[in-house]
Amino acid sequence: MAGTIGTAVRRKPGPEPGQNPDLEQNRDPDRTPGRDPGRTPIREPGQASNREPGRLTVVALGSILPALVLGGWQIAGDLGWISTLLFPTPLTIAETFVRLVTGGELWTHLRISFVRAALGFLLGAGLGLFFGLLVGLFRRAERSLDPTIQMIRMIPHLAVAPLFVLWFGIGEESKVLLIAKGAFFPLYINTFLGIRGADNKLFEVARVLGFSRVKQVLRLVIPSAMPNILLGVRLSLGVAWLGLVVAELIASTSGIGYMMSDARQFNKTPVVFVGIILFALVGVLVDVFVRLLERRLLHWREGYKG
Amino acid sequence: MRVSRNDQSAHLDIRHVSKTFVTQKGAVHALDNVNLRVREGEFITLIGPSGCGKSTLLKIVAGLDDGHEGEVLLEGRRVTGPGIDKGFVFQEPRLFPWLTVERNIAADLSLRDPEVRKRVDGLIGLVRLQGFEKAYPRELSGGMAQRVAIARALLRSPKVLLLDEPFGALDAFTRAHMQEVLLDVWQTNRTTMLFVTHDIDEAVFLANRIVIMRPRPGSIRGVIVNDLPYPRRKASAAFQEMRFRVLSEFEKPEEPVAADWAGL
Repeated sequence: MAGTIGTAVRRKPGPEPGQNPDLEQNRDPDRTPGRDPGRTPIREPGQASNREPGRLTVVALGSILPALVLGGWQIAGDLGWISTLLFPTPLTIAETFVRLVTGGELWTHLRISFVRAALGFLLGAGLGLFFGLLVGLFRRAERSLDPTIQMIRMIPHLAVAPLFVLWFGIGEESKVLLIAKGAFFPLYINTFLGIRGADNKLFEVARVLGFSRVKQVLRLVIPSAMPNILLGVRLSLGVAWLGLVVAELIASTSGIGYMMSDARQFNKTPVVFVGIILFALVGVLVDVFVRLLERRLLHWREGYKG
Repeated sequence: MRVSRNDQSAHLDIRHVSKTFVTQKGAVHALDNVNLRVREGEFITLIGPSGCGKSTLLKIVAGLDDGHEGEVLLEGRRVTGPGIDKGFVFQEPRLFPWLTVERNIAADLSLRDPEVRKRVDGLIGLVRLQGFEKAYPRELSGGMAQRVAIARALLRSPKVLLLDEPFGALDAFTRAHMQEVLLDVWQTNRTTMLFVTHDIDEAVFLANRIVIMRPRPGSIRGVIVNDLPYPRRKASAAFQEMRFRVLSEFEKPEEPVAADWAGL
């Protein structure tokens, strides 16, 4: 954008720094004139670092593909190339979205779905963390619990959903428990792996420094498992949110999943799309939340940033 | 007990220590009847070629090894396991990557305790790390990280500090600087030091007594008292003479049994 144009403009007149007062680069106090302008990195106004692209550039780069797809879709729909019943145009979907929001319908469904996912996540992930720690820390717990847990893990959601309804009724319990079942395993497995991945050399240090068993867990085991635990949280949140659809499809009269399956039965495809968009949006928000958590808890790490 | 009167001066007493590793290929005799008495405040360097069991001996003294013969007494008490009375500095710094320098030194102790805070600050000054209290291990150079490890080992006021080739991975200049820092620490705290190295210069520069070991099986070949005054200068004639004495100890012909070994 501005920076790209700037360098493009710069290259044409050749190496004459200081001659072009319009360019941001020349106003930078830390940039001494006389340097080879061809090697000047791309810069945007108000940018602090010259290696990181500006936020605007990042957003622009990320939105090229979606914009192209949406534009093409709208045109194809308007020209009648694709069935608007199966693929309602982006504008129709947007209209439906606004209508659902202003009608208050969307909020009701979203709130109910959110509460279900949150409860299911808290229950499942909480238990996953607890059992992950237990099995990771104690060999005996691993031998007695892990085989059973691994067996349950391989049972698909849809297979147990009818049973859950039979056992817990069609109320909230069966839905929350189904979500919890999904959210349990990612956190369980990753916590377990994180603990077992702790560096043995650091355990030797802990022994030499006379750490108590409790301190060993709090100061060594949990911090070193933290990257894995957060990965587990991220996956569990995703699974909880995805499990919601399954849970709300079984037997439900509310929630985003219900809204979608209801709309499908009455061929209200735009509503289905609104639901899909909502799932994607919430997914992104959840991911941002976990990333913030990671930045706070894992700032000691130095990873490859691409 | 066998703590007789002439043992009273021994702060650390290594008695008849032997160790055999049993591997799939068979038994390896790592240490054979090692005896060493260390007085309080002494700086001992253990030197020998790789495979002479010097690191194994250090681990036994630290209580990190089980399954050896003989015993190690620290202030007359038998060492049965690791503990804060025996500080240990490993070959690598082994810092906790998620803790800052000061919290690494404190490790399981709380910096909110004013006594700990005071001692940590003092140690940071002693190992010359002022200004890096809040840095994370990834931001430190190898030498700085190893200084953090030394400070961490010293915080608990160990009766003996065991160092297992702590400067082996550092470049020559950093190593020389670290040796000076360590001598500084020793002269301030008078902590008893047991320092494993394979560098003759390092051994001569640091130690009161140089313990020379031979491999297969690891055992003590000779002990040289190094009474050169501190600060020592590596370029001085007296230093070179001491270095020569250590070298010639290595080249001295062995007893017949060991000579057969050398011929193999």
